[in-house]
Amino acid sequence: MFVNVIRGWFILVFAVAAQAGVPIQHWETAGGARVLFVEARSLPMVDVRVSFDAGSARDGVAHGLASLTAALLDQGIKLEGGDKDAQAVAEAFENIGARFGSSVSQDAATLSLRSLSDAARLEPALDTFTAVMTRPRLAEEDFLRERERVLLGLKAAEQQPGEVARRAFYKALYGTHPYAFLPDGEPETVSALSVEDVRAFHRRHYVASGMVIVLVGDLSREQAGRIAERLSAAVPAGEALPALPAVVDVSESKIIRIPFPSTQASILAGQVGMARIDPDYFPLYVGNHVLGGSGFSSRLVEEIREKRGLAYSVYSYLMPMRQPGPFVMGMQTKLDQAGQADQLLRENLQRFVKEGPTAAEVEHAKKNIVGGFPLRLDSNKDIADWLNVMGIYRLPPDFLDRYPEQVKETTLPGIRAAWQRRIHPERFVMVIVGGPQQ
Amino acid sequence: MPRFLSRSILLCVVLACGAAQAAPVVTEDRLANGLRILVQEDHRAPVVTSQVWYKVGSSDEPGGLTGISHVLEHMMFKGTKRLPAGKFSEIIAAHGGQENAFTSRDYTAYFQTLAKEHLDVAFRLEADRMRNLLLREEDFIKEVEVVKEERRLRTEDDPNARLYEQFQAMAYLNGGYHHPIIGWMSDLDRMTAEDLRDWYRAHYAPNNATLVVVGDVKPAEVKRLAQKHFGALKPFKLEARERRNAIEQAGERRMILRAPAKLPALLMGYRAPVLLDEVPAWEPYALEVLAGVLDGGQSARLQQRLVRDSRLAGEAAAGYGADGRLSDLFMLSAVPSEGVSVAQLEQALRQEIARLRDEPVSAEELARVKAQVIAAEVYGRDSVFYQAMRLGSYETVGLGYKRLDALVPGIEAVTAEQVQAVARKYLVDDRLTVGVLDPLPLEPGQKQPRNASMGGIQHVR
Repeated sequence: MFVNVIRGWFILVFAVAAQAGVPIQHWETAGGARVLFVEARSLPMVDVRVSFDAGSARDGVAHGLASLTAALLDQGIKLEGGDKDAQAVAEAFENIGARFGSSVSQDAATLSLRSLSDAARLEPALDTFTAVMTRPRLAEEDFLRERERVLLGLKAAEQQPGEVARRAFYKALYGTHPYAFLPDGEPETVSALSVEDVRAFHRRHYVASGMVIVLVGDLSREQAGRIAERLSAAVPAGEALPALPAVVDVSESKIIRIPFPSTQASILAGQVGMARIDPDYFPLYVGNHVLGGSGFSSRLVEEIREKRGLAYSVYSYLMPMRQPGPFVMGMQTKLDQAGQADQLLRENLQRFVKEGPTAAEVEHAKKNIVGGFPLRLDSNKDIADWLNVMGIYRLPPDFLDRYPEQVKETTLPGIRAAWQRRIHPERFVMVIVGGPQQ
Repeated sequence: MPRFLSRSILLCVVLACGAAQAAPVVTEDRLANGLRILVQEDHRAPVVTSQVWYKVGSSDEPGGLTGISHVLEHMMFKGTKRLPAGKFSEIIAAHGGQENAFTSRDYTAYFQTLAKEHLDVAFRLEADRMRNLLLREEDFIKEVEVVKEERRLRTEDDPNARLYEQFQAMAYLNGGYHHPIIGWMSDLDRMTAEDLRDWYRAHYAPNNATLVVVGDVKPAEVKRLAQKHFGALKPFKLEARERRNAIEQAGERRMILRAPAKLPALLMGYRAPVLLDEVPAWEPYALEVLAGVLDGGQSARLQQRLVRDSRLAGEAAAGYGADGRLSDLFMLSAVPSEGVSVAQLEQALRQEIARLRDEPVSAEELARVKAQVIAAEVYGRDSVFYQAMRLGSYETVGLGYKRLDALVPGIEAVTAEQVQAVARKYLVDDRLTVGVLDPLPLEPGQKQPRNASMGGIQHVR
């Protein structure tokens, strides 16, 4: 999980796991959607998340399609009494203080709604939300405009060395697997998309099969049940999609250097890591907490920032995805220190994999993770985000309840063995962005 | 003598909402040494956030020492007479806590969020470093390099951040907001450990700080713990905090930054007052509403007219905050769509501003902005951290946390005539600064035509 080291004006409150004792209710709708619900009556508001198996890993070769589809949903809806354009949709939400959002990862598309809970606001907000999800207008002119804006965003990414590094890293690591591309796609593939592609993607992927509905807030179980049925009944049944192809790890080390007119080198190094449902999830996670996942308590920060002053941000994380996501180490340092930084990242990882963490480090990491557990579910937003992950990846309903004990059950030998089994410093992908052409 | 006062936001009266709910109550207190304490109960989760706010930020810094508040913030983790460097973070982590700090133009603040039973630990550590910081030369030498890397990451290698920094330096020709929070690189180069010791001695004491606690706690217990840990700290003689506003602007200013980039960018800022200025109190609220009319969501004017209708902008935003310590800027920022010149985009933004001066906003727009502000008050209460942030920042800039009570009524009371009045008074060319990012090629040696906007060539889509 991504824990950036930030000590500045920025505030980072990381939400990683959950607290035992949040009473999750779960069921399936008549249409087959999975529902996760937490009743939280303290504040007069409701959070809704609806996710579909419509992430960018379903793009095929049309990289950027899933993302553009999600972005187009609220740009107009078809109604029996006449269409609503983007302006009318936005007004329908915002006149009553409701907030709509959409996001796309490799594994899912998620639509979210936050509204006040009184019926005069919640009901119309849900009506608009349902229409956006099921009856988007997907008009040619909106498509052309939003495609232009995506292309502009891709251009903006080209002027950010960190983004250049990230894109190159995923490509080098995942090769021909769908995870090789970030959800916003590539300029060439986005340019080649048509509005028909978007319509077809919406028809196929925004369906009850694989649908996840999360409700958190000022609702009774009965109200939640009615809302879930209504959302689920509005979408076609659809068909389950084939499993994603297996990920093949890189077979030898690759170093990719990309010249860039920057003062720093942006460095990313790593390999294929772990899946969301993975027998090594906890030993890898706790181990990474020691290596570079816990900010100022981690080895990488100690060795590279605290002892040597080489970087502001240095970290490692494992991104758990449906298929194994990446294990990433990253940092930025001024150009003439890049060689030293590269060396230190390698040495630290090699030592960590070979020797494992110390007993004291494991103890400290467990205390931090378990002791900090209540913080990770201390808002409706955090709870909703966790339920969404549980729904998308079909985690067991007691996942959050059992999380602390599973962390506690990890052992030093178990962590070391898992890292030796899964992480191979001798075949690594490294991307270094910055400096002149060599 | 400690005083106890309470405050409540009568949210449901304002909202006319059906759901019965407890209003947040803030309990106020002060220790004999001057440490101010604000506590807000939030019993939704067994968690507490504790924040110590110092009344010092980059706007207090003299020329040549820019960035010193932020460097000191970094050094606050480098050990005290009792606690070795790095131990602070280690202890908080061992208790399952999250901790960090942030520096702004107006304040420096340190926070821990942890399970409620560990509040004692946070107080003990914060009290220690409030007066006992080591500030050793060898730690400083390394840490200032970390800060320079931070500056490279955030500013040097980000053309939009460089534009913003230089834009601000021109919009505020002098005064506290002229320079960046992180400081100019040349000032970081010349800074010494002795400078930091002076800055620490001048600003870090209980009578220059506010302790804000929000979470699953009882005010009396917080008070007891605060007395136990902070009570013995000695206050110092405080210099009055100056409001060093920039000189009045009398005429439009323009600047261009040429830097390696793929996209041009446009910044426009109008000098505008804040709540602390000697202006009628409704004016800053009317400016807040005006910002909402332009950029309060996807239905607001910039999205509707510039992004969707004319399609001149790929991105467009407006922003204004009434709660700064010094007079501030009403900001517009935008990125032109492909094939659109910056000049054309600037023209369109100026037309939007002119329209605000010429015509009152519609009743629907006004109602929508207000509905969003009221909803945001409820949504904001989902985060203990955010609630503590608001209390701490209002208190520290000198508004006083009670002024938060006036926010929703203040916004609610704004009329279309008042929105037009502030547009006419403040959104005028003589108060305007314009900054443009003119992209140079990213690949060295490669020629890229100068952005068309600079020569005034107009593209029409």
